[in-house]
Amino acid sequence: MKNTLISIFKTLYLSLRDLYPIILVIAFFQIVVLHQPIPHLFQLLSGALLVVIGLSLFVQGLQMGLFPIGESMAYAFARKGSLFWLLAFSFALGFGTTIAEPALIAVANKAADVAAAAGVVANTVQAKESYADGLRLTVAFSVGIALIIGVLRILRGWPVQYLIVGGYIGVVIMTFFAPDDIIGIAYDSGGVTTSTITVPLVTALGVGLASSIKGRNPMVDGFGLIAFASLTPMIFVMLFGMMR
Amino acid sequence: MSHFFLQLLSITVDTAFDVLPIVIIIFGFQFLVIRQPVPHLKQVLLGFLYVLLGLSFFLVGLKQALFPIGELMAKQLTDPVFIYGSLENIPRFFHWSDYRWVYIFAASIGFSTTIAEPSLLAVALKAHEVSAGTISVWGLRVAVALGVAFGIALGTYRIVSGTPLYYYIIGGYVIVIVQTFFAPKMIVALAYDSGGVTTSTVTVPLVTALGLGLASTVPGRSALLDGFGLIAFASLFPIISVMAYAQLSQSRWLGNVKKK
Repeated sequence: MKNTLISIFKTLYLSLRDLYPIILVIAFFQIVVLHQPIPHLFQLLSGALLVVIGLSLFVQGLQMGLFPIGESMAYAFARKGSLFWLLAFSFALGFGTTIAEPALIAVANKAADVAAAAGVVANTVQAKESYADGLRLTVAFSVGIALIIGVLRILRGWPVQYLIVGGYIGVVIMTFFAPDDIIGIAYDSGGVTTSTITVPLVTALGVGLASSIKGRNPMVDGFGLIAFASLTPMIFVMLFGMMR
Repeated sequence: MSHFFLQLLSITVDTAFDVLPIVIIIFGFQFLVIRQPVPHLKQVLLGFLYVLLGLSFFLVGLKQALFPIGELMAKQLTDPVFIYGSLENIPRFFHWSDYRWVYIFAASIGFSTTIAEPSLLAVALKAHEVSAGTISVWGLRVAVALGVAFGIALGTYRIVSGTPLYYYIIGGYVIVIVQTFFAPKMIVALAYDSGGVTTSTVTVPLVTALGLGLASTVPGRSALLDGFGLIAFASLFPIISVMAYAQLSQSRWLGNVKKK
């Protein structure tokens, strides 16, 4: 009991330390630069307290739930030795978590507005909705593909930099052919795909796979899945923009 | 007070729906394909519950405290009245340095929100564990946060100056490729990953507000066409800063290895 309390206080303290830079920045700009009092001070402080409690709970849950399950599944798949099911799982994880991602929904809707303003699609609710849905499907599909490539890379031990640099070259080539109005959205879509729950899970999966296979180093081979998941959407979204 | 609980409840329900596909996929594969009992099932389920509750508290706190003031400040700092003193003073031609407070704000908000980003914390914890303590949790997070700070500041400069986005992104890629040849091998994959984890819960809404606010107030920019791209900056520059961090601390790591 005493140990649990100590660990709770320790995580609370660490979360508090994570938050104070934000408070300093806001206080400095509000008081020194903008010369204004901080509005709703009580609301701000109680909100900050909630953030601290939330971060502490999140870290606790990470160590108890997300990390262990990601690793135990990686070990189980490695023992089972079925490549098909491992790849099917990777695709499902990438596609399933991305299609529901709120940040992606927001960006897709904004992109539909841009496309309508540029005259690429008709400026009707229906046309914009189908454009946004198409964009979301494209990004989700590309994240699924990314995890398949990433997992294959861990299994085979391919060096990560060749694949990433190859992807960069793909992005650069696509940039020259893609319509101008899609480029900003495509570049941004790489950043919004990986949510707070997907990242720990995918990291644990990669590290678990790399440590359960002989000859792989979890540090060199285990990371990199998220990098693929943020690279492929750029290429696929530009492709999507060219096909419209 | 009841308003607060309603908000907490509605955000918890939203988060639960985000977590749901992940839970279905994990347990679906666990029971149908792997067909083995989950080790420490009770603890894992409790962990999921903690993650769900933690994220909900986190989001309610952000919505209550950080987002309103962050968006308000982004609006105030990009307001021509603040930059030129009054509406009559707005010149026909402006100099990029007129927006200096915007760049400084962009860098500091980028740095501080990245430090609080939960998914970066998760990756840093894992990297610390896997590298047997060679990579410090705090060091990695500061390196990533510095990259985001520089990236977003440069991104706001790009919006003000109106230069094409792809010049910067392709230039960044060239730096990443060159650095890859010289960086220690163990950091490369982690550095690439740190680009993707910087931008989620905390950073995206604030940075988007800043980008759109800036693009809609700077003369000659369009919110729709120039407002995008800040997130791309925030996910490219951490790769560079993490590799630089590894190169700088390489000698120390080599020392550690020799001692072992």
